[in-house]
Amino acid sequence: MKLYEYLGKQLFARYGIAIPKGQMVETPGEAAEAAAEYGEAVVKSQVLTGKRGKAGGIAFVSSPDQARQEAARLLAMEIQGLPVEKLLVEEKISIDQELYLAITVDGASRSPILLVSLDGGMEVEEVPAERMLRWPVNVNLGLQPYAIREICRRLGIGGGLQKQMLELVPRLYRLFRELDAELVEINPLALCGSGLIAADAKVTIDEDALYRHKELPRITEKTALELRAEELGLAFVELGGEIAVMANGAGITMATLDMVQHYGGTPANFLDMGGGADLERTANALELLLATNPRAILINIFGGITRCDVVAEAFAQVKESRGVDLPVSFRLVGTNEEEGRAVLERMGISAFHSTEEAVRHAVEISLP
Amino acid sequence: MAIYINKSTRVLVQGITGRQGSFHTAQMLAYGTRLVGGTSPGKSGQVVEGLPVYDTVFEAMEAEPAEASILFIPAPFARDAAYEAIDAGIKLLVVITEGIPLHDALDIMDYAHREGTVVVGPNTFGLVSSGQCKIGIMPNRFYVPGPVGVVSRSGTLSYEIVGNLSDAGLGTTTVVGMGGDRVVGLGFIDVLKEFEKDPATEVVVLVGEIGGSAEEEASRFIAAHMSKPVVAYIAGKSAPPGKRMGHAGAIIEGGRGTFASKIEALHEAKVRVAELPFEVPSLVREALGNS
Repeated sequence: MKLYEYLGKQLFARYGIAIPKGQMVETPGEAAEAAAEYGEAVVKSQVLTGKRGKAGGIAFVSSPDQARQEAARLLAMEIQGLPVEKLLVEEKISIDQELYLAITVDGASRSPILLVSLDGGMEVEEVPAERMLRWPVNVNLGLQPYAIREICRRLGIGGGLQKQMLELVPRLYRLFRELDAELVEINPLALCGSGLIAADAKVTIDEDALYRHKELPRITEKTALELRAEELGLAFVELGGEIAVMANGAGITMATLDMVQHYGGTPANFLDMGGGADLERTANALELLLATNPRAILINIFGGITRCDVVAEAFAQVKESRGVDLPVSFRLVGTNEEEGRAVLERMGISAFHSTEEAVRHAVEISLP
Repeated sequence: MAIYINKSTRVLVQGITGRQGSFHTAQMLAYGTRLVGGTSPGKSGQVVEGLPVYDTVFEAMEAEPAEASILFIPAPFARDAAYEAIDAGIKLLVVITEGIPLHDALDIMDYAHREGTVVVGPNTFGLVSSGQCKIGIMPNRFYVPGPVGVVSRSGTLSYEIVGNLSDAGLGTTTVVGMGGDRVVGLGFIDVLKEFEKDPATEVVVLVGEIGGSAEEEASRFIAAHMSKPVVAYIAGKSAPPGKRMGHAGAIIEGGRGTFASKIEALHEAKVRVAELPFEVPSLVREALGNS
């Protein structure tokens, strides 16, 4: 779960990491009021994507009137398809040096990893690998001062700045661990006179751990249908194509989508119904498929714990209750396959044995 | 021969009284796995599928020691159960549970590493040495002995591929599911090393997917250290960036973890890459030199 910059900064402040003075606003009037307090100010659109600056989503202002105008412009904007609904108005800080600091999880070393660079302020993908210092952290040891001294030595950071790093980095690590973050990123980390200030904040919280963080707000980037799927406990992503796809298992669902594309079709969605779904869950999943307004439906069931007859029965139910007459291509193998095939035969559908045949057929019937 | 587990491996089931735990206990017994008991706090003295149930792993180990344990424990309690198994002396821990918090997985891996316990998963279908021992939730019938070693990030996709192989008369030595999470215990390289050493394994099938860099790292290992041929299939060619495709680890972020980067790395390592899953058996035959 990605957090907006202003929420990330609230967390930083809670952990003793300095942030610029500022407040979140939702109208041009509020922006003008906030800017009046700071004189020189910056108005930043709050959207869950990087590259806000390049997209014109950040404005520097020197009067309340200008803040009002810029706020009105930003609130009318979309950045990478995302509407701007909130702004962060902050005092302008004067920056002597910009650093990059992040902590994330490294699958290869199965540990947290600290990323530090002197090239702050640029897109992280544009920082050359040799200028990004990577330091895996042993979770049992935690982030010890010696590690920060060594990182500073390698980067040529000494004196007062090193002292600041020795204070700040452990606080960020504590936040990362205690709040179950997948990523905490400060870019730029601004050296202003003798102090380090987090000029930006990117915080992503592990959704699997949200149950133990009731205090955190809930932010979603999902579409209405994706939210409905989440309520139902189904893994679902909208893809915008013509063929609605359902399979059981993430890998086989991905492979099915790849094959749809390979044979010239376009998938409307990713839907993994998981293993062992009962009639109701399967029917709910089918309702989601219909909601993507597809031209055809492709169902790929390789029954292990999942029973083929349950999937077929659910399909028969939904087809009847919703009066569905969309063309459908079924692949059905595994547990209770014969019973499942019999149910489909009654509706005049003969299921395929292989994924390949089912996908080819789905692509054919999806063409106008 | 096979890797990690064989017919003498004694296995404990943590969470044996639950719906999943008891169902798969029956399946594993039917496959021939040497299960010695299970745990479920507060249910010591009960019997599931003829196996004794204990309150704790220590109690179970006192009655009959096991080398391996399989976890059917809900995500919020999985870290505690994993710690318990490792502390009690389990050397191979198979974590089926899906949705374990990322930081809990980090803690589990750290403790397992210090105690020398091998972790498979989390969010895995487990592993099976064909005809000998299954510690997992995969359907029994496809896992027949043969010369192919399989390592996969995805469950059902590997069932499909192993099913295609067995239909084509190609059996398997050991099939290992790494798990779909961002942090997992056994990785491709660990398993490739074992297959390289295993005399019964003649060819290795690697089933990967988008996200992370495990396939790229595996490719570098294959180029440098594998004498046995490797066949690969990677899922997720059509996946858009920034979207999590079911598995927590299956996401393209910041231009990393793309399909193209994985395929390129595999090609450089001279791995035979199947474009579609059902092409795997013919590539395996080709690699075995009897196509």
